[in-house]
Amino acid sequence: MAEVLVLVDHTEGAVRKTTTELLTIARRLGEPSAVFVGTGFDGAKETLAQYGAEKIYRVESTDVTDYLVAPIAEVLAMIVGSAAPAAVLLSSSPGHKEIAARLAIKIESGLITDAVDVQAGDSGGLSTTQSVFAGGFAVRATVTKGTPIVTVKPNSATPEAVAGAAVEQAVEVSISESAKGARITDSQVKAASGRPELTEAAIVVSGGRGTGGDFSKVEEFADSLGAAVGASRAAVDAGWYPHGNQIGQTGKQVSPQLYVAAGISGAIQHRAGMQTSKTIIAINKDAEAPIFELVDFGVVGDLFTVLPQATKAVHTAKG
Amino acid sequence: MNIVICIKYVPDAQADLTFSESDNTTDRLGVEGLLSELDEYAIEAGLKLVEGAVGPDGAASTVTVLTVGPDRAADAIKKALQMGANAGVHVNDEAIHGSDAVATSLILAQAIKKIGIPDLVLTGMASTDGAMGVVPAMLAERLGLPQVTLASEVTVEGETVTIRRDGDLASETITASLPALVSVTDQINEPRYPSFKGIMAAKKKPVETWSLADLGVDAALVGLGAAWTTVESFAKRPPRVKGQIVTDEGEGGTRLAEFLTAQKFA
Ligand SMILES: Cc1cc2nc3c(=O)[nH]c(=O)nc-3n(C[C@H](O)[C@H](O)[C@H](O)COP(=O)(O)OP(=O)(O)OC[C@H]3O[C@@H](n4cnc5c(N)ncnc54)[C@H](O)[C@@H]3O)c2cc1C
Ligand SMILES: Nc1ncnc2c1ncn2[C@@H]1O[C@H](COP(=O)(O)O)[C@@H](O)[C@H]1O
Repeated sequence: MAEVLVLVDHTEGAVRKTTTELLTIARRLGEPSAVFVGTGFDGAKETLAQYGAEKIYRVESTDVTDYLVAPIAEVLAMIVGSAAPAAVLLSSSPGHKEIAARLAIKIESGLITDAVDVQAGDSGGLSTTQSVFAGGFAVRATVTKGTPIVTVKPNSATPEAVAGAAVEQAVEVSISESAKGARITDSQVKAASGRPELTEAAIVVSGGRGTGGDFSKVEEFADSLGAAVGASRAAVDAGWYPHGNQIGQTGKQVSPQLYVAAGISGAIQHRAGMQTSKTIIAINKDAEAPIFELVDFGVVGDLFTVLPQATKAVHTAKG
Repeated sequence: MNIVICIKYVPDAQADLTFSESDNTTDRLGVEGLLSELDEYAIEAGLKLVEGAVGPDGAASTVTVLTVGPDRAADAIKKALQMGANAGVHVNDEAIHGSDAVATSLILAQAIKKIGIPDLVLTGMASTDGAMGVVPAMLAERLGLPQVTLASEVTVEGETVTIRRDGDLASETITASLPALVSVTDQINEPRYPSFKGIMAAKKKPVETWSLADLGVDAALVGLGAAWTTVESFAKRPPRVKGQIVTDEGEGGTRLAEFLTAQKFA
């Protein structure tokens, strides 16, 4: 069976959930092979084996990690050349999409981004599903040239633990000078919030301009549900919440089981980041707010009274 | 300093987009279009950089905007010239209809070579219609330029460009030598509105229109037929069923919690 390459998304060996989802998808298409780039291999190996990686390509050169995007694309192109995989899967983060883009040009292969499902095709190859036009259409597409490259959105599969052989294969790389044009000269690691990662979270609770800058009620409600916290651009632009938590067209696109919008009007750019959520709830003072068009459950009211009451009730229900 | 800014004409985001039944491409007919809002940030960044730059020998800077699109895409160029860009290039050819990011990046790369590789190629972070966010990386790959993407800050000093990139886990500083390709996010600036003077001045600015033949691009490499991916089918999703809406009269929070419990979220 042909290999299916999965580019591992990790921080110092801590593998992100999106990668275990990709390994699960890869198994539908062939034999999962993880491509691990960076430091922390030993920490990652166990998780990758647990979720079915039969092989792990290991790349540790600082020629790759000190520069933006281009060297990883070069490494992947090299591995594609020798392994002749059935497909290459990456996550749909901005960085991975850029790697996929360069790889597509290098190996002259079709690229599909932001898939929400990938299955084996009827006549070989693969078939992807994307959700487009505000989630209004489901599009099935396939790659007609080269080795299919697909970036897959978080939460598109349930990770299945299937033991893989995880045979380690060190990859010697020689990165071209031209791929080392953009050097990362400084990296300020952000403090962790202690809450789930936004794009992976099962529940996201977001606050907007309606919070008036006080996110405490939004956070307390989120914590009662074990949720991640998001924000509208209005709240981010006002400096009330970090940009990394922005939901929408120019922020994160999330697709959780439950999305709660508090004090958010529901502008089209905000919807672009959350309207594929399974269940949507809104709390807004204005009964005419467009966000109510999307909701499964809505409360017309002041978030400063509704949220604390709900938080208390959730705590009581949980005992 | 010479800058080329890639700008795209897109259907209005507020309009209802649909699929063309005939060829499975996005139906843009009858939909009002405009300059992609996210490309306004690239235009503003370019204008700011040249306003701040005085060439070593007092050399003049030129900001050229480049678009690949149908007749109406001329509107995007017009707006950019009104904002302050110096010149426009419009690649317009029947054969381009249905082109994907791979083909678009090929056309853009050839056009930039014809203009002459500038100090900086600037792009937006993503088109507001397709929003794949992959054209900048493809373009950098094709032109062999350092890729310095998703900048929330950009400065040029001498022959070096430096950006800040606000990632998930870290905020990174990235540097490259010119020439380089830089894409910018909507965090970078506040795009200006065209002034009356700018609107008047734009009328006299040069705009060139090129065909694929002018660029030496084989028409067989672009358009729907040349795409490396294909849409097999599409299905309209059923519209969301309108949910239950309650007005808070003292127990809105309790009702909310009841809904959560019923749905097994709490
Ligand atoms: C190119 C571009 C990209 C953009 N990208 C994004 C993006 O990624 N994400 C994004 O979110 N936006 C984005 N926007 C901005 C978007 O258009 C809206 O301006 C923004 O989403 C509005 O945020 P908001 O809903 O918090 O604020 P508003 O629209 O001002 O809504 C605030 C809401 O809070 C309600 N409210 C006020 N007080 C209370 C209270 N006490 N209790 C309950 N409700 C209350 C009000 O009734 C109102 O409905 C983008 C815009 C552009 C042009
Ligand atoms: N047809 C086009 N003409 C000019 N520039 C484009 C075109 N398509 C994409 N771009 C540039 O590439 C960026 C990202 O586009 P995309 O990859 O389509 O999301 C845009 O912000 C533009 O700067």
